[in-house]
Amino acid sequence: MAAKKLSLKDKYRLLTRDLSWEPTYRDKKEIFPLEDFEGIKITDWDKWEDPFRLTMDAYWKYQAEKEKKLYAIFDAFAQNNGHLNISDARYLNAIKVFLTGISPLEYSAAQGFMQTGRQFSGQGARIACQMQAIDELRHAQTQIHAMSHFNKYFDGFNEFMHQHQRVWYLSVPKSFFDDARTAGPFEFMVAISFSFEYVLTNLLFVPFMSGAAYNGDMATVTFGFSAQSDEARHMTLGIEVIKFLLEQHEDNVPIVQQWIDKWFWRGVRLLGIVGWMMDYLLPKKVMSWKEAWEVYYEEAGGALFKDLARYGIRPPKHVEVAELEKEHISHQVAFTLYQYTHAAALHVTAPTEEEMDWLSEKYPNTFDKYYRPRWEYLREQEAKGERFYNGGLPLLCQTCQIPMVFTDMNNPTQINYRDTHYNGERFHFCSDGCKDVFEHEPEKYVHAWLPAHQIFMGNCGGADLPSVVENYYNIRMGIDNMDYHGSPDEARWKEWKGLRSVEDKLKEAV
Amino acid sequence: MSKVYIALQDNDESRYIAEAIEEDNDGCSVIHQPAMIRIEREGKLVINRESVEEKMGRDWDVQELHINLVTIGGNVDESDDYFALEWNQ
Repeated sequence: MAAKKLSLKDKYRLLTRDLSWEPTYRDKKEIFPLEDFEGIKITDWDKWEDPFRLTMDAYWKYQAEKEKKLYAIFDAFAQNNGHLNISDARYLNAIKVFLTGISPLEYSAAQGFMQTGRQFSGQGARIACQMQAIDELRHAQTQIHAMSHFNKYFDGFNEFMHQHQRVWYLSVPKSFFDDARTAGPFEFMVAISFSFEYVLTNLLFVPFMSGAAYNGDMATVTFGFSAQSDEARHMTLGIEVIKFLLEQHEDNVPIVQQWIDKWFWRGVRLLGIVGWMMDYLLPKKVMSWKEAWEVYYEEAGGALFKDLARYGIRPPKHVEVAELEKEHISHQVAFTLYQYTHAAALHVTAPTEEEMDWLSEKYPNTFDKYYRPRWEYLREQEAKGERFYNGGLPLLCQTCQIPMVFTDMNNPTQINYRDTHYNGERFHFCSDGCKDVFEHEPEKYVHAWLPAHQIFMGNCGGADLPSVVENYYNIRMGIDNMDYHGSPDEARWKEWKGLRSVEDKLKEAV
Repeated sequence: MSKVYIALQDNDESRYIAEAIEEDNDGCSVIHQPAMIRIEREGKLVINRESVEEKMGRDWDVQELHINLVTIGGNVDESDDYFALEWNQ
């Protein structure tokens, strides 16, 4: 007689809960030394819920199927010269941002979930962390693998890990995860599983991957959606963690609220670069940053915080500032990268007339009033051969490490400076949100490794920007950086696509 | 009441799942976006194993949903027979 198939519930109990044991010759506190110090009170780990009830055997089965589908597409992409089917080689600058800024975070997340899972005495939470650690490792590997095809044909892909550790704007994502991983285990879960995965990750993956699809990049959309299929599980872990902590003890509520406030704001700052990718780096645009924010934060996040209100949780602090920023942030980031393209690991362009019209349509309240005139001026300067480069080094925010470029959102011509004193020193911030984060844990953030400050201290390969860029960042001047127009990437693309102008051909004939 | 939502990769399997969702959830909206299908509904959305099996013409394990899933919004409730998303407010 065939054995009766176990129900999902029984299988989960036997293959998850039943795998744990109570220690007999060691004190539990010795085994899980980090479980208490954040002040979180857990009274019953058995109340931990995994609504997907995924067990390791089913996990391997479905992950293997995802990988088979993914690698079949990578093969097809490479065999069919997929790099020639993208909308424009300019598109790849969005992918360079992804590879240097985001993929290393997947690896960091894998390490974070391994470290964190180890610290929980509840086996349900440990298994969930174990699965997510393996997922994150898979994401890092598949992303690097997908983009390795572009590395054969284009510049700017070959030093991504080195650059992630050193380049000024990449310290923004790097320090975000470093901050989470140096927090306690419960804060890590609220930071990454809840605030990042549940509240904000859709803003990164969903519209951006749709954008990749729209720009003909089959490899990226495929790894993106394959990774995203894991994210739905990560998001569920995020909301379950929050509910679990809030239901365990009322003393947990203010601690969790403070973490939600902190990590929401840290996440909002991190995602500024995604807004730039969506509004400025995709040659064929899908949706604006503002629209993505409205669908994936305001609508989805709004529903979430209404659901959590019964625990006494309110929407994150400074959410009203973030809502005003949706009209401005992508433009302000775009200006910054445009001015500093000589120190960036990618190529930029000023938007074309057509792109500016799209931005006007998507940002009727702000683009024509504040941003179009600046781009028009910069384009005029370019046409006169006086393209503007910012030769100075910017002051960075002590918390998010972004240059102090954001304005007061009610007065977009005034830069928003905040500062505070700690131990006789003055520290600078881009926003009240970042200042709050610092003031809650100043001992942590005084240690921030701020790239611009480190250059001035002589720790980054030289005293001038070209030496830092070439020697310390491993960015090849004029090859990996500067304007897309006139870059080797553009020249190769035109050659392959037969797009050389008559003028170019005449020049070569002479 | 807030909306719950699910997004699936736009492919042959998801098409059947989307059809089953549409039939079993009155008033849901199905939105086709590049490479994905997003389905949303006020309050609650259910995917029934039997309805998906009927559409696909084969056995279907509710956990197979993981393969084509892009994102979800709402509290998850899953059993051998259904997958549901719901807000509790």
